[in-house]
Amino acid sequence: MAENPANLKYTKDHEWIRIEGNNGTIGITDFAQHSLTDIVFVEFPEVGKKAERGKSLAIVESVKSVSDVFAPVSSEVTGVNKELESKPQLVNEDPFGKGWMVKIKILDQKQLSELMSKEQYDHYLSEQKH
Amino acid sequence: MSLRTPLFEEHKKLGATIVDFGGWDMPVYYTNILEEHNSTRSACGLFDICHMGEIILEGPQAFDLIQWFFSRDISDLKIGQMALGVMCNPSGGIIDDLTIYRLGEEKFMAVVNASTREKDFAWMQKNQEEKGFDCSVEDISMRTAKLDIQGPAAEKILQKLVSFDLSKIGFYYFHEQGKSLLGLNSIISRSGYTGEDGFEVYFDWDECPRIWNSLLKEGRADGIVPVGLGARDTLRLEAAYNLYGSELDEQTNPFECRYGWVVGKEKDFAGRIEVFSQKEKGLKRALAGFEMLDRGIARHGYRVFSVDRPVGAVTSGSFSPTLKKNIGLCFIEPNLSQPGTRIMIEVRDKQLQAVIVKLPFYKRENKG
Repeated sequence: MAENPANLKYTKDHEWIRIEGNNGTIGITDFAQHSLTDIVFVEFPEVGKKAERGKSLAIVESVKSVSDVFAPVSSEVTGVNKELESKPQLVNEDPFGKGWMVKIKILDQKQLSELMSKEQYDHYLSEQKH
Repeated sequence: MSLRTPLFEEHKKLGATIVDFGGWDMPVYYTNILEEHNSTRSACGLFDICHMGEIILEGPQAFDLIQWFFSRDISDLKIGQMALGVMCNPSGGIIDDLTIYRLGEEKFMAVVNASTREKDFAWMQKNQEEKGFDCSVEDISMRTAKLDIQGPAAEKILQKLVSFDLSKIGFYYFHEQGKSLLGLNSIISRSGYTGEDGFEVYFDWDECPRIWNSLLKEGRADGIVPVGLGARDTLRLEAAYNLYGSELDEQTNPFECRYGWVVGKEKDFAGRIEVFSQKEKGLKRALAGFEMLDRGIARHGYRVFSVDRPVGAVTSGSFSPTLKKNIGLCFIEPNLSQPGTRIMIEVRDKQLQAVIVKLPFYKRENKG
């Protein structure tokens, strides 16, 4: 399984966020894409949509399942990865890079401190396996 | 406690993801669904289908019993031939869809769905008793293994293990022979649930791991892969085959779900009166195929609309790996079921555009 990058923050629902000042880029982790397997569809939010932390930001579908991508922090959508429309498999192939999903403006900076670091997420994952 | 096929340990060794299916622990995929689906169409897929049921009907009136509960007229069914049909309840709905193999003058094998096996067996026994047909009805499922081998390379690979000439078996025919499959007695039919050429193979339950592993080994050079229930579903959907619980159930008339052709026109059978009475009154829905036009996947239960009015519901829907489109089957008002009709499908909170299309979605090219 791919290494979880150290420069990202993580959520319990296996989203990652790269923080760039007041903005961020969001995707799902390698663990998530591996559980979902072959992703065939990503449904994007409208640019301008606001979502509170923990609310659904996007939908990612495999052949058999439909899953929410939840907002790691309260955010406003500023862009989406249009390449995923024709190549949803990028989420499987490169979940931390080309498989990014949504660009956002962070609406509550205080919430950032409640996200997991790479070390915390690695530890969280190791507890998932039983 | 879930039931397990003799291949459960093999599936775990192959790293399969296991789910519950009708009370059985079954592999939904080994690598992933898209890969397994594509490999079946391009080379060969091997499927553990031990969970399906096999019932032997034998005796001087086994034929009469089957003619009574089976929708299809089997008067012309020869030894070595099989037929697809349904069993209907007194309300004209479908108890199950099944195949009947004629093993002998007085001996038949019914192959039924895993989730309905007990209900089907009870129905056959009930009819045998009530009508007093002179025959036995025996459920041999738990000692009969079933493997499906499907794809362009299926015959070549299976032939390596089989002592008789598979090329002589026509579509919907079978051969039964002792010591024919690596020394085992077997029934092998040219049939399946994928839309590809291939076989359904029946033999002794306990020998299943040996045959499974031999097929994987002998077929490796020709590209055989193990395939789970996930790809089995996408394959059958592309071929527009019905799935019990999705396109048919106890409230579905065979004429509603593209099974009119398995209903014998001239013979009496259990449920016939209601089936035809409903047809004559005019059926309220028809099964149709659709392709999504807007981005989105329609799934079982999603509502179908025409100009703001709900007119039906999706029975099965998915991304089609072969066609690379989102497709599905739906029940819809009969006058809206013609190919070319534009519909809307409610996916979460949005209405997405779709169009009714001809079926099947996928048809294997005839090989010259």
